[in-house]
Amino acid sequence: MEHWSPKQTITDAGPQPPTAVERLLRDPKVVGAGGFIVFLIVLALAAPLVAPMDPLAQNLVLATVPPAGFAESEPGYLLGTDGLGRDVLSRVIFGTQVSLTVAFVAAGLACLIGSLLGLLAGFLGGFVDALISRLVDIWMAFPPVLLSILLVAVLGTGLHSVIAAIVVIDWTRFCRVVRTETMGQAQMDYVVAARTIGFARPAILFREILPNVAPVLIALLTLEMGIAVVVEAILSFVGLSVSSDTPTWGGMIAEGRQIVHEAWWVLAAPLAALFATVVAFNQLGDGLARSLDPVLRR
Amino acid sequence: MTPPRLAIEALSAISLRDGDRPILRRVSLSVGVGEVHGVVGESGAGKSTIAKAILGIIPSQVRITGGTINFEGQNLLSMPAKALRAVLGRDIALVPQDPSTALNPSRRIDAQLTDGLRLKRGLSAREARLRALALLEEVQIRDPERVLKSYPHQLSGGMRQRVLIAAAFGLEPKLVIADEPTTALDVTVQKQILRLIRLLQERHGTSVLFVSHDLGVVAKICDRLTVLYMGRAMEQGATEEVLSAPRHAYTKALLAANPRYDRPDTGLEPTPPEVVAALRAEIAAFDAAAAEAGHG
Repeated sequence: MEHWSPKQTITDAGPQPPTAVERLLRDPKVVGAGGFIVFLIVLALAAPLVAPMDPLAQNLVLATVPPAGFAESEPGYLLGTDGLGRDVLSRVIFGTQVSLTVAFVAAGLACLIGSLLGLLAGFLGGFVDALISRLVDIWMAFPPVLLSILLVAVLGTGLHSVIAAIVVIDWTRFCRVVRTETMGQAQMDYVVAARTIGFARPAILFREILPNVAPVLIALLTLEMGIAVVVEAILSFVGLSVSSDTPTWGGMIAEGRQIVHEAWWVLAAPLAALFATVVAFNQLGDGLARSLDPVLRR
Repeated sequence: MTPPRLAIEALSAISLRDGDRPILRRVSLSVGVGEVHGVVGESGAGKSTIAKAILGIIPSQVRITGGTINFEGQNLLSMPAKALRAVLGRDIALVPQDPSTALNPSRRIDAQLTDGLRLKRGLSAREARLRALALLEEVQIRDPERVLKSYPHQLSGGMRQRVLIAAAFGLEPKLVIADEPTTALDVTVQKQILRLIRLLQERHGTSVLFVSHDLGVVAKICDRLTVLYMGRAMEQGATEEVLSAPRHAYTKALLAANPRYDRPDTGLEPTPPEVVAALRAEIAAFDAAAAEAGHG
C-alpha cells in the first residue's frame, strides 16, 4: 500500500445558503398572494371594527344605492347597498369570516386525514395500500356535488356541515397525491441509507420522507383552500350553508343574481372578492411549491 | 489468530423474479479486524447482494437460500429485526454508491449527520453538532460550518461522498460496508476518496468490506480480495498475490481487461470466449453438484 498524506481540502460551492424564510420572502408570488391572504385574515378578525356599518342593518329608503362615483350614490356607502338597503362593503368584509373559516378548517382537516392515510398506504404498501387505495377509488366514484348536498341534507345546514362535506369529499385528493409521492420517496437511496443506520419505520416516514412530500402537500393544501372557498360559496348560493342572517359571499351572489339588472354591484362585489381570494390561494400554493422544493430551488 | 470480524459462510441467494436464478453460490469470505477486504466482479456477479445481505436490505425479489453471515459471533441473517437495527449504525455502517441520491434532498447536512450520532451514540443535539463539525474536518472539508448548513444539492459529488464517509465513520462502527463508493465520481475525486477511506480505516482500526467492479480501485485500497463471477467466489487471497500471480483464468482475464498505459494494445479486451466457456462450465458443474447434494 502506497503511503501518502492527504493535504488537499475541498472548498464548498457558493455563498451561505439562504434560510427557508429568506427564500419565501424573495418569491413575488408568495409575498404578493400571501400578503393578500394575511390582509383577508386581518379583515375577517377585525370585521366589526373595520366594517363601516352593521352588515345586517336594513334601510329600505336607501335600497340599491350604487357604489361611490356613480350617479345617485350616497356618501358612506362605498360599494352601494343591496335590495334591502344593507351596506355591500360591510357585508363583503363580514363574508370573509365564513369563507376563511371554511378555507382553513375544511382544507386543513381534509389534508390531515388524506395525507396520513396516503403516507401509510405509500410507505407500508401491500395490504394496507390495497385497502386504502380501493377505499379512495370507491369514494371517488360518488358524484361530489350530490354527496355534499346529501351530507348537508342529513347533517342540517350550518358551517359545520359545510366543513364536513368538504372534508368528506376532498380527503381523497390528498390521499392519492401523498401516496404516490411517498411511494416514490420510499425507494430512494437516502431511505435505504436511513434503514442501514437502524432507524425505525416511523422515524424514516416522518423524518426522512415527510419533508420531501411536504412541498407538494403544502401546494395542494393552499389549492384546496381556494377550492373550499368556492365550494362554500356554491353551498351558500343554493342555500345549504350558514343561515341567511350571516353574510356570506355565496349568499350575496345568490341575492345579487336576482337584481343584477337593477343593481349589478350587489353581485359584482362578492364575486370579485371570491375571485381574488381563490386566485390568491392558487398563486400562494404555486409560489410555496416552487420555493420549498429543495431541488427546484435556484 | 484473532477471529475475523465478519465471516460469511456458504452464502447462497436466488432471484425470485428471474426463474429462481442463483445470484450467490455458496460464497464464503472473511474480513479480519482492521482489514480492508475487496469484493470484485463484473456487474451481476452478486457483489452488491453480499453488501445488502449484511445490511438487511435485500430487495423483495431476492431470497437468501442458505449460509450464514457471522458478525462477531452473531448470525445477522437469523437476528430479529429489532436486534439487527441495534447493530446497524452502531457496529456496521454503509458508505453508499451514489452520493447524489443517498442524502435526503430536503434536509440540511447537519440534520443528516447528527441523526445517527443522536440515535446510536446517544449524544445531545449540541454534542452531536460539535461532533459533526469535527467529523467534517476529519474528512478534510474546509469551512465545515457552512457545509453543515447546506442542502445536499448545494454540494459537489465529491463533497457529498465525503459527508457520507463522515456519517459512516463518525458512528465509529467496527465494520464499514463500502458499496462502489467511487463509481459515481470522476477519476481525480475517486483517488482522494479512496485515500480518505484508507486513512480513516487505519486511524480507527475499522474493518472494511469494499465492493467494486474496478480492479484498479481495489488494488489501491484492499489488503485481501475475493473475485466473484456469477455469484461464485473464484479466487481469494492477499491483494498483491492475487494480482501478481492470479491462479484463476477469470482473474487473469479481469486483469487483462483493465486498461494499462504501459500496454496500450491490450486495453479494454473483452473476456476471451474460451475463458467464458470454461467459467460457464465451472458454474454449471457447481450447480449440478449442488442439485445432487440437495436431492441426496
